[in-house]
Order: sequence, then C-alpha cells, then structure tokens
Amino acid sequence: MSASDGLSDHAPVLTAHRAGLVGCRGCGRVWPETTDVCGRCGAPLVPPDRRSLQAVWAWWLAGLIFYIPANLWPMLRTQSFLGLAGNTEATILGGVIDLMHYGNYGIAAIVFVASIVVPIGKFVVIAWLARVAGKPASVEAAHTRLRALEAVEFIGRWSMIDVFVVAILSALVQLGFVASIHPGPAAVSFALSVAFTMLSALSFDPRLIWRGLPLRTRRDRTAE
Amino acid sequence: MIEAGQYDMRTGAGLIACPRCDALHVEAELTEGETARCVRCGHVLARPREGAFTQIVALSFTSLVLMVAAVFFPFLEVSRMGIGNATSLFGVAMAFSEGWLMPLTVAVLAFIVGLPALRAVLLVYVLLPMRGQGRPARHAGEAFRLSELLRPWSMAEIFVIGTSVALVKVAGLATVSLGPAFWAFCALIIVGAASDVFTCAATIWDTLEDRGAFTDGREVVPDPETAAHDRQIVEGTPPAPDHAA
Ligand SMILES: [Zn+2]
Ligand SMILES: [Zn+2]
Repeated sequence: MSASDGLSDHAPVLTAHRAGLVGCRGCGRVWPETTDVCGRCGAPLVPPDRRSLQAVWAWWLAGLIFYIPANLWPMLRTQSFLGLAGNTEATILGGVIDLMHYGNYGIAAIVFVASIVVPIGKFVVIAWLARVAGKPASVEAAHTRLRALEAVEFIGRWSMIDVFVVAILSALVQLGFVASIHPGPAAVSFALSVAFTMLSALSFDPRLIWRGLPLRTRRDRTAE
Repeated sequence: MIEAGQYDMRTGAGLIACPRCDALHVEAELTEGETARCVRCGHVLARPREGAFTQIVALSFTSLVLMVAAVFFPFLEVSRMGIGNATSLFGVAMAFSEGWLMPLTVAVLAFIVGLPALRAVLLVYVLLPMRGQGRPARHAGEAFRLSELLRPWSMAEIFVIGTSVALVKVAGLATVSLGPAFWAFCALIIVGAASDVFTCAATIWDTLEDRGAFTDGREVVPDPETAAHDRQIVEGTPPAPDHAA
C-alpha cells in the first residue's frame, strides 16, 4: 500500500472522489461511486460531502445543551456530621476551588483542564472545523485543521475523568456519621455532554478538510 | 484476482483511499517493519509488525485475565475513626444506582469493563484462527469492524487516572489502601497500550481478505518484486502539493 496516483511527482494528488470512486473510511478499500456498503468491512460508503456536517452540528448542539446544567448543578453532595462543613454541594468549578484550597494544585489543574478547558476547547474547535470544512485551504491550513481534529479526537475522551472521580468517591466514601459522598445530577449531564461531543467529533469527516466541495443545491438535496 | 501493483480506475480495485484525506494510493504488500504513510496528509496507512497476530492474541488474553481480577478483587478501601468501607469495581459503577442516575451505572460499567473486555474477545476471535496460515473465522470482518468502532469508547486508562484524582481527594479525609483490583487495572492499561502498538488495521484487513474471508476477486496477490518497486517510488517522493480546491 503506497505510491500516490503514480503518475508524476508534481501532479496534484488524485482523490477517490475526483476519480469518480468512493473510499471506505473504515478500511480504505475503494469502490465505484454508486456502491453503498464496503464489501470488505461492511462500513457504509459516504462520499465526502458537507451534508455529513449536519450530524456533527446536531451532536455538537446536544453536547452544548447538556454542558450547561453540568456546570450549574452539583457534581457531588458531601454529608459530614463531624466536620464543620456539614452538608455541602460542589459543582465542577467548586470542586476545583476546593482542591486548590487544600493545596492540591497539580490535581486541581488536571480536573480544571479535563472538565473545563477541554470541553470548551472541544466546542470551539469542532465548531471552527465544521464552519471551514469543505472550504478551500492551503496545504498548511489543511494540516493545521487535521491536527486540531486529531487533538479533539484524542483528548475528548479524557473529559470522562470527572465522572469516574465522582463514581469512585461516592462508592468509597460511605463512612456513616464521619462523612458520606453522593453523586449529584451534574454527573449525568456531564457524561452525556462528553459522549455527545465525542459523537460530534467522530461524525466529522476529515476528508472535508482537504478540499473545497461545493454545497449541493437545494433541489439535489431534496431529490435524495 | 489482480496482480500487485495493478489497479483499475473504474472499479477501484487495487487502490487504497486514505481515510483521512481521500488521496488514492496503489495497494502494495508491505513487509514487516515498513510503514506506509499517506503522501498527502501523512496518516499511517499500514505498519505491519513481525508476529503481531500472536502478540495481540497473547495480550488480549492477558487483559481478559486482568479484567476478571479487576472485577472480583477488592478495588479500594478507606478507613477513618474505626469506620471502614471497601469497594469493588462493581461498587464504583453502582454509585450511580440511585434514582434517575441509574443509566450512568450501565454506561460506566460498559466504559471500564464491558467494552475493553468485548474488544479483547473480538480481537482473539478474529486473530487466533489466523495465526500461521489459518483461515479466518466466520464473520471475522464484522467482528474486527466492531472492535475498531468501539475503540474510542473503551476507557480503562481514563478510569485509572480518575482513580488517582479520587485518591488525592480522599487522602485528606481518610486512610486509603489500594486493593489488587487497582493494580490489575494499572497493568491493564500497559497491556492495552502494548496491544495498540502491534495493531495495524490495514494488515488485519489485508490478511482477512487474502485468507478468503471475502472472495469478490479484488484481493491483491502478493508479489514481492512489484511491491519493492512501488515502495521505491513512494520513498523518493515528497508529499505532493495539494492543488485541489
Ligand atoms: Zn471498508
Ligand atoms: Zn491522507
């Protein structure tokens, strides 16, 4: 598996789409454009088309909607009868501030990055990629966009850390009258928000980064 | 069947399209240790490793054993003023079992136990029969595709980092001791990372195809001489400029 179109060093790269073919995003096999399903891996064959961005935007919006209550509602409820604190509820940001309060700056930084910087960064990057997708780009710009997408794909899953932390703390800290921790409703909306943004990034077709594909006309769209 | 290095621009036989940028490449059989990169975006198209199937099967079995240990042994234990509490991995997931948080229990169990275990089983199912010159099992293609689709959702390594964060949070509140399940989980992420190094999806697809899982006449017959020639072409070629608009 190698060699470009094999014609010349300076020829523009030939893409499957330009050649009237469709490439499988699952396994790389190339099929005639009218084929629906890859005969090798069973993945649906979709030409690089801006219509696929609708799914990206739908998941993106769902992720954003759930991200708001995830930050407003409590992530953890702590009951402590001996401590001075009594019953406290902590939001994501509150948890980070608590950690800093106790001098755990390293862990505070991890939680802050995983639960606040990464999710917001993901919304911004996916929105940017979806906005500029299919618009002409220089080779450098395309590489930058692809790296941004790879970063989002790689880092997005790690936001789930906070959900696991809540689960572990709630399972572990059940010490009767000393202290007990229960999960708050924000855990669910945060988990959903992370899952939806992961789906948004996964439904982004990176092939759109590499070439300006014209939007189909409205008539074409309704015809199919 | 078509010879290596030959391709058909009308049907796409003998060609590979980069899944990241759609650039067409002529399919060639690589030897172990070689890496094929996309000329346009640099994405790794194939990177076969020597003895990879045996290694992945062994590592998948190891991770299944570790997963069983992680589920059944105690995970963490805390104590404070004579009151103690221990939890297993299952207990961690059950933390969300109150009221309407319930679906999260299922999701957490799937992310940290179910999906990693399922992926290991699928890889064993696909690769164990194909060690040596064996023929693939039935539906091996579907099984491998499912395993690849589940990859981002298998979050064992993220759970381990989550555990360390939780330990720091608890440290001020109570004394914590780590159970065997915790160490099993740490070993699990190392095994998983090693398995990923050996996994080359393109090689597995090629092997599935060459061994007869798919008989649509598009499989490329290995021809080392032509393959070597093709590679020479690529290796001397800098990424071609992208004029596509
Ligand atoms: Zn395919
Ligand atoms: Zn590429």
